[in-house]
Amino acid sequence: MQTRRETLKHSAVVAGLLASAGFPQFAHAAFNKAAFDAKTVQDATKAVGASSMAESKDVTITGPDIAENGAVVPLGASTSLPGVKQLLILVEKNPSTLVAMFYVSDAVEANFATRAKMGQSSDVYAVAIMNDGKALWAKKEVKVTLGGCGG
Amino acid sequence: MADPMRIRAQAAGDKATVRVLMSHEMESGQRKDAAGKTVPAWFIQEVTASLNGKPVLAAEWGPAVSKNPFLQFAVKGAKAGDKIAVTWKDNKGDTRTDEATVS
Amino acid sequence: MKKASILSMASALVLSVAPAMAQKTASQGIDEYRAMLADGNPSELFEAKGEDLWKKVRGPKNASLEKCDLGQGPGVLKGVFTTLPRYFADTQRMQDLESRLVTCMENLQGFSANEISNTPYGRGEMANVTALATWVASESKGLKFNLSQAHQQEKTFYEVGKRLFFQRGGPHDFSCASCHGEEGKRIRLQDLPVLTQNPGDGLGFAAWPAYRVSNGQMWSMQLRLNDCYRQQRFPYPGFASEATIALATYLGVNAKGAVSIAPAIKR
Repeated sequence: MQTRRETLKHSAVVAGLLASAGFPQFAHAAFNKAAFDAKTVQDATKAVGASSMAESKDVTITGPDIAENGAVVPLGASTSLPGVKQLLILVEKNPSTLVAMFYVSDAVEANFATRAKMGQSSDVYAVAIMNDGKALWAKKEVKVTLGGCGG
Repeated sequence: MADPMRIRAQAAGDKATVRVLMSHEMESGQRKDAAGKTVPAWFIQEVTASLNGKPVLAAEWGPAVSKNPFLQFAVKGAKAGDKIAVTWKDNKGDTRTDEATVS
Repeated sequence: MKKASILSMASALVLSVAPAMAQKTASQGIDEYRAMLADGNPSELFEAKGEDLWKKVRGPKNASLEKCDLGQGPGVLKGVFTTLPRYFADTQRMQDLESRLVTCMENLQGFSANEISNTPYGRGEMANVTALATWVASESKGLKFNLSQAHQQEKTFYEVGKRLFFQRGGPHDFSCASCHGEEGKRIRLQDLPVLTQNPGDGLGFAAWPAYRVSNGQMWSMQLRLNDCYRQQRFPYPGFASEATIALATYLGVNAKGAVSIAPAIKR
């Protein structure tokens, strides 16, 4: 579990990488292994440096109600709110819950879609990490008829 | 050298919607082969995109993204004729960049 | 008394309508899921590969496939997919798309047809045949199937295909008709099209080659037939064997007028 000091240290490292990477408007840090190893939505969100979590009607998670096969499930995360740093897509019941993390810059819409493997029916989350550190989320249930992790 | 991506970028109004199909196994590291041994994780970890050479997108992916990944995003201010370049890098260090013109 | 009965009738009506509106059937949910995947079909990756292979100079004879005759003249790609299998005068036999591609790979490029036929699906030159077939199919997307029955061989292969379709065997005593011979059959959530007649646009024969999301593989018609036999616990048919071409002829002729959606995306 990350202590507050470790989280702050990580943020400092991120900030340092920010400056050197040449992307002034958004952080493009090295691969965040802790976030991708996290087993719960809360742990993944904490590992990204969020300070609090709250459900929000202004964040949208899109996906099918039922997927014929868990190997390919189309999922999208979007928000209309300004001041978003990152948008995350998570599958609660996956072995590692974080699927993808998108950095939001002024040049792109806060609206991303990809396809994920789901091991079983599960809630899927879109989490918007705001500039002030708050995490705002939305979720929906996706039923899976055949799991997509074991081949 | 990995197989090329398919990138389609379509301008509509003040933005361009970009759809990408990447050719990659995206091995989760959860699967076992016929002998019972775990197939090691092999997946795209980082995706970046640029508009006329200027970075516009950065993303980190985990092994849960599907095989032959699909990605859709919208670039503000892009118009027909602009160049979109997409780059991926996987956990083995392999990388691939492909370019498309916004139509 | 009257007021109470009107109220109870009204509430009964509300109760009977509400569940129908609120519940989405599993079938509708699956249709939505499939529609979400239709844009961004990974078979496009194989189309691109196939197009590249068609134009690339390869093989011991250092030639491309651009002069390959798939039935309408050397190099003609548009509209050929929906006419196969058919009789070819130069080889004097019935051929489907994949066997014809192998013929061209042998005659034009110097590859060994025998070697290719014995290569497992998804590997080596067999994977290239699949990619090429995906590319050729894409050039006829949206066109209607129109197989010829003019030549005697075409008629014979149709009849042989029909008999093979109904032939029962294997440890489960299955035939193709066991799954595809009656309305209303399904395997888990997959509705099985009836293939003794025209199943309609984009169904059955009109949907292969297809990208299968469940295993992330591109499947050609030959592999689809091969796997049907595997599911029936029959021995595997030889690649492009007369049996497979006869079956394809039966299915293709039955699909006359159906719109091809190949290369498609499947579970």
